[in-house]
Amino acid sequence: MSETITYREALRAAISEAMQKDERVFLMGEDVGRYGGSFAVSMGLLEQFGSERIIDTPLSESAFTGAGIGAALNGMRPIVEIMTVNFSLLALDQIMNNAATILHMSGGQFNVPLVIRMATGGGKQLGAQHSHSLEGWYAHIPGLKVLTPATVQDAYDMVGLALADPDPVLIFENSLLYNAKGELDTVATPLPIGKAKTMRSGKDVSILTYGISLFKALEAAEILSKEGIEAEVIDLRSLRPLDDMAIMESVRKTHRVLIVDEGWKSGSISAEIMARINEQAFYELDAPMIRVCSAEVPFPYAHHLEQAALPQPEKIVAAAKKLMEGI
Amino acid sequence: MQTDFALLEHYYRQMLLIRRFEEKCVEMYSHEKIRGFLHLYIGEEAIAVGVTDAVGPEDNVLATYREHGHAIARGILPKTIMAEMFGKAEGCCLGRGGSMHLFDAATRFYGGSAIVGAGLPLAVGMALADKRMKRSRVTVCFFGDGAVAEGEFHESLNLAALWQLPILFVCENNRYGMGTALELSQSEPNLAKKALSYRITASQVDGMDVLEVAKAATHAVSQIKEGGGPVFLECLAYRFRGHSMFDAELYRDKAEVEEWKKKDPLLVLQSKLESEGSWTSTKKDEIEKEVAAIVNEAVEYAEQGTLEPLEDLEKFVYSSGADQ
Ligand SMILES: Cc1ncc(C[n+]2csc(CCOP(=O)(O)OP(=O)(O)O)c2C)c(N)n1
Ligand SMILES: [Mg+2]
Repeated sequence: MSETITYREALRAAISEAMQKDERVFLMGEDVGRYGGSFAVSMGLLEQFGSERIIDTPLSESAFTGAGIGAALNGMRPIVEIMTVNFSLLALDQIMNNAATILHMSGGQFNVPLVIRMATGGGKQLGAQHSHSLEGWYAHIPGLKVLTPATVQDAYDMVGLALADPDPVLIFENSLLYNAKGELDTVATPLPIGKAKTMRSGKDVSILTYGISLFKALEAAEILSKEGIEAEVIDLRSLRPLDDMAIMESVRKTHRVLIVDEGWKSGSISAEIMARINEQAFYELDAPMIRVCSAEVPFPYAHHLEQAALPQPEKIVAAAKKLMEGI
Repeated sequence: MQTDFALLEHYYRQMLLIRRFEEKCVEMYSHEKIRGFLHLYIGEEAIAVGVTDAVGPEDNVLATYREHGHAIARGILPKTIMAEMFGKAEGCCLGRGGSMHLFDAATRFYGGSAIVGAGLPLAVGMALADKRMKRSRVTVCFFGDGAVAEGEFHESLNLAALWQLPILFVCENNRYGMGTALELSQSEPNLAKKALSYRITASQVDGMDVLEVAKAATHAVSQIKEGGGPVFLECLAYRFRGHSMFDAELYRDKAEVEEWKKKDPLLVLQSKLESEGSWTSTKKDEIEKEVAAIVNEAVEYAEQGTLEPLEDLEKFVYSSGADQ
């Protein structure tokens, strides 16, 4: 039962199936209905499910995200779509101060089974207010789960996984992936939240990454392979929880770590991963860990500058070679 | 307000320049010279031209991502705007900002913001500074009907009224926020009423008629400068093109668009010019030619522009330059 579809179609199929299965599920956000979704993920769903379940909201990120929390508290299974992570900052108060804390503050009485989906990432020359990758920030917050589907399979699986979770789950969809095609198996049991996946085995260096950077890492791994360096590429899949076990297992195998993250370096998820490896597997390392992240600059519009700001396969190759120096 | 012929002609020239400039942008976008998001102002030119005419060089202007018209009306050179959209170092922001982020210190043009509603609190702060420093300046803040649903809109209007700040709020009500019609996002679609509820002087004007806009804006600016506190203008208009270059326009009827095109601000003004008598087709052609020359020069300038060196990537993160 496997077919080739786009990442966008995989998301749409998963949302549609969830809505058919469970009356409590509904989708709410800006332009999800009549416009068809700003990235066309929800195209056609309004016609299928009607305006009570595919809800076009005004530009009120804080209010409709908070409304999603309220509906979740009151027995529904809302999927809130925030157009892009940049606009989620207007709802950050609700996400952080309500969604992430109510279970705890209520002494376990009230859980918030809310799914928030949003686009993330740069590379489309959209400038400094539309290009950032802030999923690492969200991974800072206890109470949230942070998923970063890279593959078509995960785009599909993670919607269901998130909806089945009793707590708030954020799904970050890199907007350059929506048109990506891949195989989808709709019957296989999904890999659970919090499990990383080895996308390529190798003995020389572990490349830990997620989201769109996975494909850059895989591209780099092919180049490295031709030069005799076998990289292991791990798709983290989830930034919170992080799969420490899978990470340390790979470190123990290759003894060299390269992290690729489209977020900035300072105070980032890449820094967190390094810290955990330092805590849990320091003596396994044969070389200092290394990172390929976005340049520490708000994203510039100009194409050449933006491309220079982003992680690229060549940078990953160069970093891996640096790691292998002295062998 | 006097409607002398020269002034009408000036409005016509400005609006036509914006129109032709943006039509050229579409062409450049299809040639992939301009990338990213491109939001056209076509159909709404009367608002930027009419309002900008009412303010002086000492006043501050804030706009949205749909701001080519405002930038041009404010006097930013079209060629530096085009170069900006080409990502060239000769652009008004060195190619760092792009179409949605035009800034220009010389004309006190404070962007170019792509977060809906984000300009309003800035306007409050700018006006607060002017009031504190006893400077006779107005801060003009343009935003769309969509922004009215954001909390920042309400928080800002309240502060502006509470502190009696010199702000001209210009709501460009083009009836849609992306694909969501105003009626589907506002329980009270008369947006001026919202401002009134904050005790701000507010009115609706025909945003397709530059003279109406200019009249209302001029009146508003003088009231503000006399210390009357903020004023809110809701300009009723329509965008003739899609929200951005990616819009399939599934949410509105072609007939509705055609209906509004009959009220094209250029046509509205032209008929006024015609009734003034001294308007001729020769005059019109002359203006077309002038405008075409400016637009072509802009493209040439942008084409010939240079790229900032890659070593400068991390520039402008801190004023001192380096991130140390
Ligand atoms: C806070 C925020 N949410 C969502 C968006 C995405 N978005 C960009 S423009 C737009 C519509 C805004 O409509 P309106 O304010 O009426 O301005 P118009 O585009 O009609 O000029 C939306 C939803 C954004 N840029 N910022
Ligand atoms: Mg609008």
